[in-house]
Amino acid sequence: MSKVKPRGKVPKKAAIDEVIEIKTLIRHPMHSGRMKDKDGKNIPRQIINSFKVDFEGKEIFKMKLEPSISTNPYIAFPYKAKKTGTFNFEWKDDSGNTYTMKRKMTVS
Amino acid sequence: MKTIKMINISRRNAIALMLGTAGYIMTSGIAFASKELILKRIDEITKGKGAKELDIFLDLPEIAENGNQVKVNFEIESEMTKENYIKNVYILADGNPAPDVAKFFFTPDMGVCSATTRIRLSKTQNVVLVAENNKNEYFMTKSKVKVTIGGCGG
Repeated sequence: MSKVKPRGKVPKKAAIDEVIEIKTLIRHPMHSGRMKDKDGKNIPRQIINSFKVDFEGKEIFKMKLEPSISTNPYIAFPYKAKKTGTFNFEWKDDSGNTYTMKRKMTVS
Repeated sequence: MKTIKMINISRRNAIALMLGTAGYIMTSGIAFASKELILKRIDEITKGKGAKELDIFLDLPEIAENGNQVKVNFEIESEMTKENYIKNVYILADGNPAPDVAKFFFTPDMGVCSATTRIRLSKTQNVVLVAENNKNEYFMTKSKVKVTIGGCGG
């Protein structure tokens, strides 16, 4: 699973009470379990099934993903900036692998 | 003679009626099979309370050329304070192999209740959004998407 690579875009700086947009993308095939390979064999289900974001240890956003989510899941969501800190992103897939990413934000 | 004629007509009518009803039952059965599943799922989510139709901003393309990557964006008006905020948002699709597409968990820290993602749609269908606030009230909206090439594999 070396192909799986998380990416994220968080503004480096934000003003207090500013609503920022956080964009994330993870490179993942998201095999729904319904597709077939070249030999006509079923590709077993292998998807990212959960996504979680913490800010300074407090959970701010969570999402449950189903096979109907596209390949390379893209997720964007807002956040109201209050203080300087670090976002912790976490993706989990069907085989129990966890992919994490950290992003810092300075609030002035 | 008159009586025979009358019988003939009524029989023809009866057959037409029978065919008509049979056809209606068959087509409606096919058309509503997945919609029933969606209604059942909404019932499960709302624990039988049902969801109020609300004008939620649900942005989906009218026509999706590629069902593999359909962008969904929604925004729900909410104060997003600890006393009053949208807790969960469900995205359902009535023409996909499974009705559930995604479930979002929001917190008041986000300030605004909105999110964007990309979904797969296997054919032309309705995308349904069900939102739940912290007082366990439910709201819903839906949008029809025409899909040119399906996105659930062969």
